[in-house]
Amino acid sequence: MKFLFDIDTWQEIYSSIRKNKIRTAITIIGVMWGIFLLVVLLGAAKGVENNFNKLFGSFATNSVFIWAQSTSKPFKGFQEGRKLTLKMSDLKSIRSEIKGLDFVVPRHQTQAVATNNFKSGTFGIYGDYPELNVVQKKDLVYGRFINENDILENKKVCVIEEEIYKQLFDKDEYPIGQYIKINNINYKLVGMYKEGSLRTGGPQGSIHIPFTTFQQVYNRGNTIGWLMITGKPEFDISQIEADVKLLLKNLHKVNPEDNRAFGSFNLGERIAQVTGFLTGMQFLTWFVGIATLIAGVFAIGNILLITVKERTKEIGIRRALGAKPWEIKRQIILESVFLTSVAGALGIIGGGLVLMLIDATMGKGHDASLTNPTVDIPVILIAFATLVFLGTLIGLIPAQRAVSIKPIEALREE
Amino acid sequence: MIKLHNLHKSYPIGKDSLHVLKGLDLHIREGEFVSIMGSSGSGKSTLLNIVGLLDTHDSGDYFLNGQRIENLNEKKAAILRNKFLGFVFQSFNLINYKNALENVALPLYYKGIGRKERQVTALQYLEKVGLKERAYHLPSELSGGEKQRVAIARALVTNPKVVLADEPTGALDSTTSHSVMELLKEINREGMTVFVITHEEDIAEETDRIVRLRDGVIISDKRVIKKAIV
Ligand SMILES: Nc1ncnc2c1ncn2[C@@H]1O[C@H](COP(=O)(O)OP(=O)(O)OP(=O)(O)O)[C@@H](O)[C@H]1O
Ligand SMILES: [Mg+2]
Repeated sequence: MKFLFDIDTWQEIYSSIRKNKIRTAITIIGVMWGIFLLVVLLGAAKGVENNFNKLFGSFATNSVFIWAQSTSKPFKGFQEGRKLTLKMSDLKSIRSEIKGLDFVVPRHQTQAVATNNFKSGTFGIYGDYPELNVVQKKDLVYGRFINENDILENKKVCVIEEEIYKQLFDKDEYPIGQYIKINNINYKLVGMYKEGSLRTGGPQGSIHIPFTTFQQVYNRGNTIGWLMITGKPEFDISQIEADVKLLLKNLHKVNPEDNRAFGSFNLGERIAQVTGFLTGMQFLTWFVGIATLIAGVFAIGNILLITVKERTKEIGIRRALGAKPWEIKRQIILESVFLTSVAGALGIIGGGLVLMLIDATMGKGHDASLTNPTVDIPVILIAFATLVFLGTLIGLIPAQRAVSIKPIEALREE
Repeated sequence: MIKLHNLHKSYPIGKDSLHVLKGLDLHIREGEFVSIMGSSGSGKSTLLNIVGLLDTHDSGDYFLNGQRIENLNEKKAAILRNKFLGFVFQSFNLINYKNALENVALPLYYKGIGRKERQVTALQYLEKVGLKERAYHLPSELSGGEKQRVAIARALVTNPKVVLADEPTGALDSTTSHSVMELLKEINREGMTVFVITHEEDIAEETDRIVRLRDGVIISDKRVIKKAIV
């Protein structure tokens, strides 16, 4: 190990590199590019994943939305094209007959103009139960969400999204206790929340009022707009989706084969798709990065082979002067390891800088496409260690070649 | 110091082999100054390379400093070369990106001597060959004669038992050649065994003993009768 700290060792690496400046630079770029790609792509993939988790983090991911449409098949004397509506009684049946349910949250939805003094805008109006705040956690800035009492007493209260606050109120105005007018009815504001990146209310923003109030104000009787159903983690949400739809078909006298009678959106399935895609992306990243790395390391091995060939005579002289084969070999291996390490370090630094740049440009604000693109330190260390290992391994080839010819033949070389 | 008995060496050429050394007997004692002469292709370099452990012989005996040389692996050969032998080549064989001092110090590096001591010793030997002021010059900045002096300093720096020189003056003009020979003589006077190959009669005349080779056999081995030195 002493030779690692010997100036001569490094001086020789330096002079060997200096003699082949351009070629060395080009080969270093190979390895650098490989690890750079690895760092940037892994970081970006992580950023996309983080963003995705942030988007759905406040969401019960094991969930499905179900709504009623029109029948597409005649059944038991009913014509096809019959319009269907979900009823409050369906809720009870679902809760009692379907296994593995966590929450069944009915909702209503419409659009209306809301005004506060002279400010106004068109927003999505939702009739909601307190449970919504469980399956889609609201990040409340002020006040509270709709509670049981609001439901029981059909209270004229509302909870708004921050976006709406910005449109209807002056800056720094305290919104709680103020009144908003929707369809000529005054609602007392009881809560305001910050929306996540995923705007569930659509682009125009959402105002939540008690479900029962919604039914009353908009004459919805005992109907339900749509259902949000979440399953217990150990239950398959797709199975729940199928079971609920079958039950609903039964309750509404719909042909069990009628696939258009009830619509649904399975969030769990979608998330599984995206997660699968992300995993695939990471796998691809590793593949591309490692393939490039190996190609780069081979390039370094190749340049060393050429260098060794060019230095045959010099190596012959050294051996005539008493250099033992191992002393020649370790020098070349060290050179290989040195080149791969420098290239690796530069690639990692470059990749890190690019990730910082990506974070600064694409990772900020509302509609950020990436969140916190990073690569774990252990991953970097493993990649680096692999690189050094490959560098050593590939260095063995030129090193062996350097001592494979007899000193006298090396000396004869011109 | 060097003892050869019935030494044979052939080079394989395709399916045939070229018999170059055909049973040499030679005994060089410590402190001798011997030259080998012979026409081109007579096997002089082959002999010197075998003596210098850069090449191996096929059959016969070779004793270096009393040690029988056979079945040497590269590592052992390297150690013996470093310890007992110093080389001077026709084409100098200095490492072109190292300055004179570094070139001279290189054998000490392989001997495992520390950097400081290497520098001091190398400088001493450069002084001995009269090139102390050129210590930090690169080979490309030195004349042929100066390069050969650096090479001689490098051959001496490990204080070997034998200095082997293959046509050390072959690339030099006659004035420089004689000054290089003067240097070798001086080294010999200090007790070093010196073994040179040369083509030139007058260079050989400056040594103490001339061995003539022809077609792989020694045809004569004579002491040089010195003209009276005043
Ligand atoms: N590695 C080799 N392979 C095959 N033949 C060789 C090899 N080295 C030398 N020879 C042959 O061996 C013979 C002796 O070569 P050697 O170099 O010993 O001659 P020399 O006496 O030194 O000649 P010169 O005065 O030209 O240097 C020559 O015919 C040469 O061609
Ligand atoms: Mg020769």
